[in-house]
Parts: sequence; C-alpha cells; structure tokens
Amino acid sequence: MSGVFENKELFKSGHTACAGCAVATGFRHIMRAVGKDCVIVNATGCSEIFTSAYPKSAWEVPYVHCVFENAAPVAAGVVEALRAMGNDHTKVVVLAGDGASYDIGFGHLSGMLERGHDVLYISYDNEAYMNTGVQRSGATPWKAYTTTSQVGSKIRGKLQNKKPMTEIVAAHGIPYVASSTSAHYTDLEMKVKKALSIRGPKFLNVLCTCVPGWGTDPSLSIQYLKDAVDTHVWPLLEIENGYLKMNMKPEKKPVETYLKGQKRFKHLTPEDVSEIQKMVDERWEGWVWREKVDTERKKELGE
Amino acid sequence: MKKTIEGSFAVAEVVRDCSPDVVACFPITPSTHIAEELDKMYANGEIKSYTAVESEFSAISMIVGASAAGARAFTTTDSQGLALMHEVIFAASGMRLPMVIVNANRSLSAPLSIWNDHQDSVSERDSGWIQLYCKNNQEVVDTVPQAFKISEDTNIPVMVCMDGFYLTHLVEQIDVPQRDMISGYLPPRKALYKLDPENPITMGMYALPATYQGFRIDLHEDVIASAKNIKEEMEAWAKVSGRSYGNGLWEEIGLSDAEVVFIGMGSVMENAELAIEKMRKDGKKAGILRIRCYRPFPSEAVKALAGKKAVVFEKALSMGADAPLYSELCTCAKEAGVDCELSSIIGGLGGKDVTVADIEAMLSEAEAGVVKKVWGD
Repeated sequence: MSGVFENKELFKSGHTACAGCAVATGFRHIMRAVGKDCVIVNATGCSEIFTSAYPKSAWEVPYVHCVFENAAPVAAGVVEALRAMGNDHTKVVVLAGDGASYDIGFGHLSGMLERGHDVLYISYDNEAYMNTGVQRSGATPWKAYTTTSQVGSKIRGKLQNKKPMTEIVAAHGIPYVASSTSAHYTDLEMKVKKALSIRGPKFLNVLCTCVPGWGTDPSLSIQYLKDAVDTHVWPLLEIENGYLKMNMKPEKKPVETYLKGQKRFKHLTPEDVSEIQKMVDERWEGWVWREKVDTERKKELGE
Repeated sequence: MKKTIEGSFAVAEVVRDCSPDVVACFPITPSTHIAEELDKMYANGEIKSYTAVESEFSAISMIVGASAAGARAFTTTDSQGLALMHEVIFAASGMRLPMVIVNANRSLSAPLSIWNDHQDSVSERDSGWIQLYCKNNQEVVDTVPQAFKISEDTNIPVMVCMDGFYLTHLVEQIDVPQRDMISGYLPPRKALYKLDPENPITMGMYALPATYQGFRIDLHEDVIASAKNIKEEMEAWAKVSGRSYGNGLWEEIGLSDAEVVFIGMGSVMENAELAIEKMRKDGKKAGILRIRCYRPFPSEAVKALAGKKAVVFEKALSMGADAPLYSELCTCAKEAGVDCELSSIIGGLGGKDVTVADIEAMLSEAEAGVVKKVWGD
C-alpha cells in the first residue's frame, strides 16, 4: 500500500457520493492503476450522477457518458476511433453498474466481448439499481429485499438467484476475466494493471457496498466486503486465457458474518440462512474443483 | 464520370471517399447493401475500420464514441433500426457530436413492412438532427459529402434520407463524386473538442434544472442557424461538382406562375416533375415545391406559395392529428401572413405506388377544391 497517497489523484474528491460509498473508494483505486493515458466510458448510474453534474466533474482524465445501456458499444467506438487515427496506446475503460452490465446493457456488452474490442469493462456491482432508489437487478442475491423484491406476507424478498456474471462473461472466451472488491485494494489494482497489459476485451467484476441499498452502517462498507470474501460469498479470482486461479482461499467464516447487520437481509429465517450457506458452499466447491482441473490441464498442456 | 450503379453501392463509394475513421452497421432491409459494400471495402483495405455490430443500438452508440474521440463516423439504417436507435439519436445531438447516418426510408411496424415511406425518419424530426431528403441517387451521392461538412462545421449530426428500394435498389446512370473532388471539398475533421488524455474533458454530463433547458434551447437555436451552413454548402458543392438542388433547403420547379403546387419530399418528387411537365404541356399551370431540408424546417419556403393552391403529399402521418409536413407548412404560412390554400394528402405508405397519373389526379382535385385526405386504399 505504500505510495497510495503520494501520487496525483485522477478521480478527485468533492463528488457527491454517499458517505461510505464503496463505488467511489473503488474508483479511486481503479484510477490509480489505470493512469492518465485513458478514456473513461461511464454508463448512466450512481457514479455518473455523483461525478459529473454540470459544470463540475470529478474526472482528471477524458470521460464520456451517453446513456444507460450503451457504455460497451460507446467504448468500442472510442477505441476503434483512437486506433483508426493512429493512437495505439490510450486505454479505454468502462465503468458501469450491475444494472447496466448484468441487465439493460447485457446484450451490448456480450457483442463487444464477442467482437474483441480492446476495452477493459469494469462492472461495479452493488447488487441493485441503487441510483433509482434500490430496485432489484439480475445481480441482487436471493431473498434480498429491494423496493421491487419486497418482503410481504406471501413473498419474502427476491425469488431468483444472482446472475453468474463472471462465468457468463468468461464463457465468451475473452483473454482476462476477474473478480475483486472495492475493499481489496492491492488485489483490485493488480487486476486492473494486469488487464490493461492484455490486448482485447477484459472484464472485472467488482463488488461494492451500497450504504442505502444494503442498509448498512457507512463505517462498515469495507468490513462487509472483507466479510463477503472471507465467507466465500464473493471469491477473488482470475480467469486468464480460460484458466481459473483463485487469488485467496480464506478460512471460511459462516455466512451470517456477512449477512448480519444488512437491512436487506434482516427478514431472513434461520432456514433461509442455512439455504444461503448451502448455496455459497456449493459454488465455492465448484470454483475449487474448476481451479484444480484447470491447473492440471495447464500442466498437461505445458502452458 | 457517369456509370451505371445501384444506389446503395453508390452510397458506399461516396462514403468511402469521404474517408471515415469509423463505420459501424447492422444489416436491415433496405439499407443492407450499403453496409455489405462498406464491409467489402474494409476487407479490401479501402476504409480504415468497419464494425459489424450486434444491433443498430450499438451501431449508433459506437459512432457516438467514435465521434467523441474526434473521428469521422458513419452508419446506415432504416425503419426499426432507426427506431431502435431513438434513445441514442437524441443523446448524440444533445452531446453535439458530428456524424452522418444514411437512412434508407422504410415503414415502421406493425404490421411489418419492409417497403418505403417516411414514417421512420419523420418520427425523429424532434431529435435535434439535421434531416435532408433526396429525390434521386445523384442527389444522395452529392449530399453525403455535404452532410459530413455541415455536421462537422456545426457539431450537429446529419441524417441523409433516401427512399428505400425506390432509390437504394435502383440501378441507373449517375455521376459518383470521386475522392479527389471530395477531398478538395471536405477537409479532414478538426474536432472542436474530443476525448484526449492530453487535454481531458468530461463529455455527456448531466444537467440540473438550472442548466438543462439552456442546453436544449442552444441546440434548437443552432439547428435553426444551421440553415445557413446547408445553403452555403450547396453553393460550395455546386462549384466543385457543377450540380445543385435548389437552395439546399428547398427546390422550386415552375413555381412562380403556378396555380397548383405539389409539395412533398423524397423520390416521389421525381414523379411529380414528370407530372408537372405533362400538365404544363396540356396548358395547366402546375409547379413543385420540394422540401429537401426537413430539419431545420425551411419556413421561408411558404412565401412562394402566396395566392396558390397546393397539395402537401406525405408518406408519413401523425396518428390522431394533421400530417406533420402539412401542419408545419400551415403554421409557417399563417405566421408569415401568406395566403394560400393547402390540402393534406397522405399516401404511399408501406411502398404503395404513387404514379405520375396519381400526382396529376391529386393536382386536378386540388384545382377543383375537392381533395381526398388519403390517397389509395
């Protein structure tokens, strides 16, 4: 972490994010890793609103926002233009929320990945449409309360599971896919740097606490992300050229550690919690198994 | 030099010779041949880039990104494709990004129809784009270089409208402007502002109530002011090519002494020219007012209509209200104090044929003061 506060910040303070917003924290570290020679393409969402209200901007780098669902093709246009005009070096980075990435812009993201544009797409995932006041998204976890996955006498929270976005993106066969969180700074910065050293489409799925959306204490935003990793709810991993590597295998804490204190989960029954524990364990075992298979295969192929 | 060529291929040739940096398209009938031909040119190294995207929504989004980065950007589409672009069409003009779309005019669903009318682009009239409607393929290839010039000078996107099938698929002799002629007329784009790490700016910001209206009114006023550029570019292009189309905003044929006038847009106006010629031979004083530039609306065009009867023929409609071109001309005539008798006729929807005889009949009805509001079944 040395040197963190020595360099000039490219993502400036003075923006209007909520206290404890992990998106803003994440952006600061992402921008440290990205550096000056970049174009940022932002989707409509919290971060666009809290960083770019005319005439103020939190961006010390070129930044463009168009609409909610088109950050991926706008970025594709930026990079094709730069390359066509002879600029071979400037990095194009998308910053888009889970609503833009998992849902409304999903097809356009898939198209950009399939075509192989030289873009790093970072999905900052706070697990609901927070900008419009906490509505469920494809990234909202099972049973979580949002204003459109209400807790009533018959239905108690979101009926569906979270979309497995990291795996879906990886299935496109792009060179680099990784997950991180806003709290794991060194992991996040390492992954951004690594991604940007690779030509072609890259995807980073970054979990971010949302204080009003999750119903958490602003002082605990970092702690919740650490707990998400330590409970195996959100594994830190990389899929490079198709091979999975798990960056951290922490000794598992019970899932309650992560769920407790989050208002969106306060209605959960002990049965719900054990069901979530089961789901988390199964997914974790799946990742561990895949890493083992991939490592053996890599060895066999001598890669 | 004249050559026999399909309209779509001629568009691709002229776009290539305008040296675009980024072209992104999604195929849709009847604009598909333009996209295919541009991709072939890319495969042969004749254009810098071509991206076959997964939807029209991504096509317009890509050229928004490209234009923001300072590139000359182009796409082509029509109908459902243009409708799918709708959200970004408004954002592109609001962000003041120059770009050109060739829209191969086609009807909108439902019912599904792939044939020509103007409902697609007329539905985008309020988007802050300049819209130029061409009567034939010669005009289309002469308009595309002007469109890039106007767009890049004004920072307002331009839509060049050519009738689907009637023009896109028509094979005829035209003089396709060559690269040396175009390069003498159209300099490389010099972006007023762009995404540049050396000089970082924030584009596509959001505006609070104190500032939003100002941005929109600025755009509105600049679209109105772009009429001057459109006229000037027509003059400048006439100097290099020897061809011009009215004053760039509208075209008058036999209007000064005409008693009945046919008003409209697009390729039907060539049929109108034949109808007028025939009627003139028969001793009837008929004339034409062709609206070439629909946005900005050329309100001064109505002045030439004083004391005349006119049919406003449209391949578009505004459901539940008067037809768009007709109602705008009525407003302009009233505001300018021009006394004329305008009649509205809607027709040619979904590719319904509008013949020379039809136009003669419409004008005869207008002369007699009894006009059908809808032409054909």
